[in-house]
Amino acid sequence: MDFNDVLSDKVKKIAPSGIRKFFDLASEMEGVISLGVGEPDFDTPWKIREAAIYSIEQGKTFYTANQGLEILRTEICRYQKRRFNLTYDPCKNVIVTVGGSEAIDLAFRALLNPGDEVILLEPSYVAYTPGVELAGGKVVTIQLTKENQFKLTPELLKKAMTNKTKAILLNYPSNPTGGVMTHEDYQQLVPIFKDSGIIVITDEIYAELSYEDNFCSIASFEEIKDQVILISGYSKAYAMTGWRLGYVCGQETIIQAMNKIHQYVIMSAPTGAQYGAIEAMRNCDDEVEKMKESYRLRRNYIVKAFNNMGLTTFTPQGAFYIFPCITSTGLSSEQFCEELLNDQLVACVPGTAFGKAGEGYVRVSYAYSIEQIKEAVARIKTFLDKRQYK
Amino acid sequence: MNQDALLSLLENSAKLTTTDLAMALDQSEDEVSSTIRELEKKHVICGYHTLINWDKTNTETVRALIQVTSNPEREYGYDRIAKKIYKYPEVDTMYLLSGAYEFLVMVNGKTMQEIAHFVGSKLAPIEAVTNTSTLFILKQYKMNGVCFEDDKEKTEERLVVTP
Repeated sequence: MDFNDVLSDKVKKIAPSGIRKFFDLASEMEGVISLGVGEPDFDTPWKIREAAIYSIEQGKTFYTANQGLEILRTEICRYQKRRFNLTYDPCKNVIVTVGGSEAIDLAFRALLNPGDEVILLEPSYVAYTPGVELAGGKVVTIQLTKENQFKLTPELLKKAMTNKTKAILLNYPSNPTGGVMTHEDYQQLVPIFKDSGIIVITDEIYAELSYEDNFCSIASFEEIKDQVILISGYSKAYAMTGWRLGYVCGQETIIQAMNKIHQYVIMSAPTGAQYGAIEAMRNCDDEVEKMKESYRLRRNYIVKAFNNMGLTTFTPQGAFYIFPCITSTGLSSEQFCEELLNDQLVACVPGTAFGKAGEGYVRVSYAYSIEQIKEAVARIKTFLDKRQYK
Repeated sequence: MNQDALLSLLENSAKLTTTDLAMALDQSEDEVSSTIRELEKKHVICGYHTLINWDKTNTETVRALIQVTSNPEREYGYDRIAKKIYKYPEVDTMYLLSGAYEFLVMVNGKTMQEIAHFVGSKLAPIEAVTNTSTLFILKQYKMNGVCFEDDKEKTEERLVVTP
């Protein structure tokens, strides 16, 4: 029996992950220095772990309300107000989800009818395209460029919009480019969003990792706030990737629709993680600031190191990735990563894993100590020097 | 230059070179070197030490915390008394505290007898010292933010490549 025949057409159409290939290669090798991780190297602050452990010891192991503990939703609203001056109601406008990933999936499934178009910006995080396709929507891509640090411009936006456009997904600070959008950048887009009425899904998981520019959420523009589905979480800011906890804030009708799906598919997000998150939002601003400062210094180091080697990159203003151009080597993104891995046991992720716009680039993470980055850079330099004399 | 960032890097990663520091701080190497010299001159940077867990070596070593009560001196407060104590090479660390006693002195020696002899013959007889109480250190769990007694070796827990 060929079990491929029992699978849904939708699932069969989803392209294999470009990251998977490198994961499989790199995980078979000893002594690999990986610059390919998408998660912090810090442990979750002890306060958060202790709060979650205590909640389990107290026997708080039952389901919570579908939308999440009210006390956590209240803290989420307080946090958004305190950090980014955004106002949401904990009962009407918030769901606690299993990571920002679940929130993205809920948004697509709540919004999309077959044939509805969703604009994605490439290079794009790997889960967005499959998410749209699984929800029955159609992906329309905008190819961003390094010339303007992978920002979205009104011209690019207008070109991509059609009468079938239902939504656009923004991800700033961006994985994989580290690009950001400032208040001035968004100001040019807001009238287009308002006139078209499209829904703006904004994945703000890296919001706290904003460096020289203050983070600006598209939801801060009052005239389109109800069109915005704001998604965030705890993975990057609080080093809680494995806890699988996030949240979504949005207009009441949309949130209720998302909750309809969430309540049947998930019931509620993990209870212990929710208690940890309460502690995180109340008492861990200092820890977040320390981690962010650490990333900033590492960013400075790695940007200089790569530019010195001729693998040019701009200085990203957010997240913990650089997206250097490797075309000077004459290799494709995949060739570069494969040869570097085999020759020097350094793993990066080819830019093509994030879409066509990633060809000629690699994603390099700086979620490592400066000592580890230094070692990896030395090996990359050896790799480049050897190629010169081939 | 962000001096706090420089100090934080030096405090946690003393093996970084001036080049590394300059790259991380986005400054020139000359600027970093001259700032470090300035901070050394002002005794903001007081030394570059390596953290060693001597309990894991074969070296015989005993440490003790001595609680010292003392009367302050007119015009000088506690500083002159403190200097008489901390000038001894046996004294590793010393603090002036609020509370039930004035000084906390950490002393190194080869044996308990050696430390007891130091306390009895050098520390306690200092005129301003009114009382000492010696507590021998049995085990050190953590020092300068580093856990000495982790359950397992620190290994990379993250998957090698993740989105």
